[in-house]
Amino acid sequence: MPFIRPAAARAATAFSRLCLPLLSVGGLFVLWEAYAQLSGIPPTTLPAPSRVLTQGALQYRALWDNTLPTLYATLFGFACSVSAAFVFSVLIDFFRPLRRALLPIFVISQTLPMIAIAPLVVLWFGFGLAPKIMLVALVTFFPMLIALVQGYAATADEIEQLVASMGAPRWRVFLLARQPSALPYFFAGLRISITYAVVGAIFSEYAGAAKGLGIYILNAKNNFRPDLVLAAVMVSAILTLLLFGATVLIQRLSMPWTRLAGNRTP
Amino acid sequence: MTAARLELSGLAKTFGNLPVLGDLSLSVGRGEFVAILGPSGSGKSTIFKLLTGALSPDAGAILFDGVPLNDRRPFAFMPQRDALMEWRRILDNTTLGLEVQGIGRAAARRRVAPLFAEFGLAGFEQHYPAQLSGGMRQRAALLRTVVQDKDMLLLDEPFGALDALTRADMQRWLETMWSRHGWTTLLVTHDVREAVLLSDRIYVLSARPGRVIAEVAVPLPRPRRTGATVAAIEAGILDLLLSTPTEGPER
Repeated sequence: MPFIRPAAARAATAFSRLCLPLLSVGGLFVLWEAYAQLSGIPPTTLPAPSRVLTQGALQYRALWDNTLPTLYATLFGFACSVSAAFVFSVLIDFFRPLRRALLPIFVISQTLPMIAIAPLVVLWFGFGLAPKIMLVALVTFFPMLIALVQGYAATADEIEQLVASMGAPRWRVFLLARQPSALPYFFAGLRISITYAVVGAIFSEYAGAAKGLGIYILNAKNNFRPDLVLAAVMVSAILTLLLFGATVLIQRLSMPWTRLAGNRTP
Repeated sequence: MTAARLELSGLAKTFGNLPVLGDLSLSVGRGEFVAILGPSGSGKSTIFKLLTGALSPDAGAILFDGVPLNDRRPFAFMPQRDALMEWRRILDNTTLGLEVQGIGRAAARRRVAPLFAEFGLAGFEQHYPAQLSGGMRQRAALLRTVVQDKDMLLLDEPFGALDALTRADMQRWLETMWSRHGWTTLLVTHDVREAVLLSDRIYVLSARPGRVIAEVAVPLPRPRRTGATVAAIEAGILDLLLSTPTEGPER
């Protein structure tokens, strides 16, 4: 039977979902504002959030112009990484020895310090979009790959045995059983990686770019404008939250069965 | 009993140095309901893996209608638990076997849809498995099995995961369905009563390495209900199982 929650319970859930996070974030801002106003700390060291917001609003156009390149780098880089992770996860699933051969490379790629790699990639590939896409892909590829590989492995044995007993060849067992079984893991990976992706994009811009939130932050810092640095940070936080929300939305739309009673997802 | 449809002779399987099946022979006639009953670890599930082709035997032969098995297996297999795909609606779960056979989704749905009422699933076509009770899920799993239109059903402890009440209910239901359709069926179970209530004949297996220690015919009229006769046969088989010494890996 579909599980229908009473209206009161639904309202309570909506409250705790929406109001509690707003309250905690709002509380943090109030504390920050109070400290900046009352401690007499100069705004060139720690600007109050009210100042960050007003100055950010005045710089609205510049912020927006620098947000778009960051958004593009994030989305393109992430799209490349997810596609590559999917291709490699399938290869690894079908040819097990590849796992041993490739995994060390992927693990090492994950240990490379961004701070060293980003300037080099910019040096090699210039100030355009390409190096940003590469760096975003580099940061997010590994978590996506691991999520997919783990997801395939989580397929229930009896489902696989069932599909095989129906006479399905290996690739059909993959499509019918292993790939859908990996969906919850795929989305868990997606939620984690999308937050890395934004940070990766900003960091690669920091290492050198014509436009973008990273270079905007660097310039604001060099001009002794911590208020604008923080305004750009707020923009990037909002961007990350929106992208995170988008992945949650996509998951809900593409996995409607997990919203039912008795759902079981990792 | 008519001529055997399925005939296993001298079947043996060893994993590493652990013999799981040793010299197993049995047969199932057309339209017959046969159970393989044995303690856990007697290689019951291994028999089904050999039949579905997931494993190949070390020795022995599997004949179907007198011919050795080839790549087109004549079996529809129902695994332990229900193995329903959580991400497919019940309708799409039941068409799975037909889809694998290459029948288009629409055609497969047309073939399955009329059977929903008989399986007590009418109105639940568009539900997801998580929305169904354990008994309904088993019925959906059996529907998915029989709609494949294979020559023989293989049921691997189909009701093992259900509570006692639902299990008894499902056993009666399965008997009714079997009486109506006359499926040639091989059931694997460790539930003695289930075997007695459902089967025409029961092969009792020893502990590992599994081989047939007794063949029990159950000449009771159907529909069967638990009673003195059933209890007597049940007790006989239990005695047999308990008095057979457990053999270690080395015989």
